[in-house]
Amino acid sequence: MSKTIYLDYSATTPVDPRVAEKMCRYLTAEYGLFGNPASRSHSFGWAAEEAVEEARQQVAALINADPKEIVWTSGATESDNLAIKGAAHFYAKKGKHLITLTTEHKAVLDTCRQLERDGFEVTYLDPRPDGLVDLDRLAAAIRPDTILVSIMHVNNEIGVIQDIDAIGQLTRSKGVLFHVDAAQSAGKVPIDVTTSQVDLMSFSAHKCYGPKGMGALYVRRKPRVRLEAQMHGGGHERGLRSGTLPVHQIVGMGEAFRLAREEMASENERVRSLRDRLLAGVSGIEEVYINGDMERRVPHNLNVSFNFVEGESLMMALKELAVSSGSACTSASLEPSYVLRALGRSDELAHSSIRFTIGRFTTETEVDRAIELIHEKIAKLRELSPLWEMFKEGIDLDNVKWAAH
Amino acid sequence: MAYSDKVIDHYENPRNVGAFDKEEQNVGTGMVGAPACGDVMRLQIKVNEQGVIEDARFKTYGCGSAIASSSLVTEWVKGKTLDEALAIKNADIAEELALPPVKIHCSVLAEDAIRAAIDDYRTKQGDDSSETDEGRKSA
Repeated sequence: MSKTIYLDYSATTPVDPRVAEKMCRYLTAEYGLFGNPASRSHSFGWAAEEAVEEARQQVAALINADPKEIVWTSGATESDNLAIKGAAHFYAKKGKHLITLTTEHKAVLDTCRQLERDGFEVTYLDPRPDGLVDLDRLAAAIRPDTILVSIMHVNNEIGVIQDIDAIGQLTRSKGVLFHVDAAQSAGKVPIDVTTSQVDLMSFSAHKCYGPKGMGALYVRRKPRVRLEAQMHGGGHERGLRSGTLPVHQIVGMGEAFRLAREEMASENERVRSLRDRLLAGVSGIEEVYINGDMERRVPHNLNVSFNFVEGESLMMALKELAVSSGSACTSASLEPSYVLRALGRSDELAHSSIRFTIGRFTTETEVDRAIELIHEKIAKLRELSPLWEMFKEGIDLDNVKWAAH
Repeated sequence: MAYSDKVIDHYENPRNVGAFDKEEQNVGTGMVGAPACGDVMRLQIKVNEQGVIEDARFKTYGCGSAIASSSLVTEWVKGKTLDEALAIKNADIAEELALPPVKIHCSVLAEDAIRAAIDDYRTKQGDDSSETDEGRKSA
């Protein structure tokens, strides 16, 4: 077993053993469950189809949707693409304007960029400094030719929860479609599509103890939302997404979402107490900044900037912990976290940020060890930091003329 | 990102961390980089009457490769004359530490830090032969 403590549950989660166990039955010949659900002529196909429909019902149940409103995809990225491009192209005659946030996941932002190349116009709104959308600014951005607003439910970096009910009311009243990327919220935040006026919602299995390579898109039936398919072929999923259904993956997502529905309330309490323990443990350190609103936030996320310490070197020091950083050095682009920048955080603090995400298998012992390591390594790296020394000498770093490079 | 053993060694056991009094006549201080870019290096050299760097100190805010590059440079400049130290090139640093392409800028910054420290020292001596203006920024 690896000694590294996994605190990166927002990157991915391990598959729950109960999920893995169920998935395995749909792979080999042993159980007769390996069939193609599109095979209508024999029992292998029927058994597979039954499993797929049970899973569809389980995914729908988590968000109180009709199973007919669930379309299987390869993951939240594909769901985002299908929802945004599919709606944009279908409704292009109505208008060619879309609205999203600068803090969205790249799967949404890059899809919007592609639509811009295809002749659509996209407004990218900055959120407020707490990470939440400003409803007045959103309302003001909606135009007569706006066809879709895409806003994520929970931000992957800072874990803030958008008020999708309020946004949905606004978009519905203006006759604009509302797509929500719920990759980070499913199984963590209660979702009810009968009360939230969401038209399209993207899901991922692997953020919720299911398998990678599996996702779903919720497509509202009443009022009906139409999409143009992005993947053509055998006409699977009512023509919205062709391709043979990966039954074992689908069964895994269904089981993962079933468990999430049953265990979310108790799991959230346990995870929240661990997160708060971690927060209390690092709060005593000088010059620590919490990124994003702490009230409207998922219970498992803590995003902290340790001023005067660079994020990547901190992660290197914390090699016993698997965490992620908004530091430029961890990305190929050498740009610090665009999410933290959009919140108005300085480059320095964005470079110094670490995201801790806690999950189903995190223990109190692991959190305590993490706190101990953070204290030790922050002290060590600040001893090495000229910025910390200058700060301690009372020098205002904003007034220093730096040789930018 | 996977680091070379040498980067990890310098990172975990950084050499010559600390500071000299920058007001002292025989001390040259070079500070390069910017917090907004994610790395700031401060290199200090202590030069004896023979013009030989007899000691060096550094502090660095930055990634592991930046810390390792500056730590390595403090070792390399010791015992060198100013001109010998100026001959240290970023490519040498990058090669020694096996830096990947995305981290080459760390070695460039370390080379800049040497120039800046020597420049500062020469300016203090009233020497006009200093090559650049870099490094005059007070720490």
